[in-house]
Amino acid sequence: MKNSFETWLPKLVVAPAFVLGFAFIYGLMVWNGVLSFSASRMLPNYEWVGLAQYEKLWAMDRWWVALKNLGIFGVGYVGGSLIIGVLLAVLLDQRIRAEGALRTIYLYPMALSFVVTGTAWKWLLNPGMGFEKLMRDWGFTHFEFGWLVDTEMAIYCVVIAGIWQSAGFAMALFLAGLRGIDDSIIKAAQVDGASLPRIYWRIVLPALRPVFFSTLMVLSHLAIKSFDLVMALTAGGPGFATDVPATFMYTMSFSRGQIGLGAASATMMLATVAALVIPYLYSELRSKPHDR
Amino acid sequence: MTANPSVSSSVFPSVGRMLVYAVLALAVAFFLLPLYAMLVTSFKDAEEIRSTSLLALPGGLDWSAWSTAWSSACTGVDCNGLRPFFWNSVAMAVPAVLISTVWGALNGYVLSLWKFRGSDTLFGLLLFGVFMPFQVVLLPMSQVLGMLGLSSSITGLVLVHCLAGLAGTTLFFRNYYAAIPKELVNAARMDGASFWQIFWRIVLPLSTPIVMVTLIWQFTNIWNDFLFGVVFSGTESKPITVGLNNLANTSSSVKAYNVDMAAAIIAGLPTMVIYVLAGKFFVRGLTAGAVKG
Repeated sequence: MKNSFETWLPKLVVAPAFVLGFAFIYGLMVWNGVLSFSASRMLPNYEWVGLAQYEKLWAMDRWWVALKNLGIFGVGYVGGSLIIGVLLAVLLDQRIRAEGALRTIYLYPMALSFVVTGTAWKWLLNPGMGFEKLMRDWGFTHFEFGWLVDTEMAIYCVVIAGIWQSAGFAMALFLAGLRGIDDSIIKAAQVDGASLPRIYWRIVLPALRPVFFSTLMVLSHLAIKSFDLVMALTAGGPGFATDVPATFMYTMSFSRGQIGLGAASATMMLATVAALVIPYLYSELRSKPHDR
Repeated sequence: MTANPSVSSSVFPSVGRMLVYAVLALAVAFFLLPLYAMLVTSFKDAEEIRSTSLLALPGGLDWSAWSTAWSSACTGVDCNGLRPFFWNSVAMAVPAVLISTVWGALNGYVLSLWKFRGSDTLFGLLLFGVFMPFQVVLLPMSQVLGMLGLSSSITGLVLVHCLAGLAGTTLFFRNYYAAIPKELVNAARMDGASFWQIFWRIVLPLSTPIVMVTLIWQFTNIWNDFLFGVVFSGTESKPITVGLNNLANTSSSVKAYNVDMAAAIIAGLPTMVIYVLAGKFFVRGLTAGAVKG
């Protein structure tokens, strides 16, 4: 009697997690999908309209602006964080004095909320205050920096603040990767007379490929989900010039009373993340058997 | 890499070394500048902000912007500062962090030490919850919260954070417990130790580091959350991120940047303090969160 209870107990313990977790992840995912095929506006209703919401979505200028911004933000934010992250990690790897303090400084933005980050950068990038005023105080009296209120350039402000937030994270991952590389390979190359930059370029950086992929993956999915930073920094403005899919979804669903359309945009976000993450998760889970 | 110093210094000439330090120092300036600007601005009054440089130190330690931000700044129609939002965040984060950590520990324990057929597949499916864009759950979840009578309540936010954090906390504990030697557990089982005895006597005493990582990771995520806060909270239950955003975006006639900056620092303070005190666990959470499986 006790025995059969003991065999069931572990399953019983995780059952709530899987039932609730799957209901939360997959149940709500399907529910959202259903809403995206419905005529829902202010309130959800389940009148089936087929692909009408998707057709409407793809016909909207605002959605295309959001996608274009996601492209600019994604490339700039992920690319910028990766480049600065690798650079700082390689430099920190040169037995630098006060390495611990430097790491702490580079990484602290990651502990902050994007809302805090956005508020701080809104102040720094504010035309008339912030950097512009600083440069003018320094004698560059005609210096102008009006990106934040410029329809074309505002999205690059989001990129700058995003890189500031996440470059230290990339640095931490690359540094961990560098520390995991076998010393003897590098020593051997040094004995052969290879210069340090050459050793990094030809041996060390190629060995970091798995770390590079993990970092790329995490940053890319953060870019697609990015919401708080845009809301705090520009609130999608001027106009809707800095809208991204996440802010588009929020605006349509919760202030424009377009629930069906919001659900359709959420499904598009899900599809993008899934296309990126599922192959990654599959290979990660495949490559490492879990009975270590 | 811990090659001996002489090898490296001969390969890396001193000019190069200077350059290395110069770039690192430049990066320090880039990363510290916003924090510095926030801090000095928070101690200036409106006149000082206009007349002095962004980088200039304030004339004195004027705490009035801080007290305004804390207790009397206006967010929309209310003028109670960030204080109510701060305590909402505490009331939301503390139970959500504790529940999701305990829950993750139990799941991780079973999934690594009491595996059953299909448990790896189930876990793989759960793992997608770490990456999924939460925009997909917003609309249906607000329906669910309404049905449960938890709309606009802190309890509702706690529930959402527990569900949203479940995949991550399970992942942390599962990966950590996978490193516990099977022999230890098997021997205990031979001696007749039960499921719970093994958990309490063997597994839990080994868990301090991963418990720290998970507590800090969850606290940072939940304290910093804005999306769930802005969608699922009501007038009485808004977390601090929403309070800060409302405060900074309130269109009053004169913008009080000193108050905004003090408010931003207040909102970021709890996670910053934890980061400074227990940065090692925070970093471990970051790296564990990136390298799955």
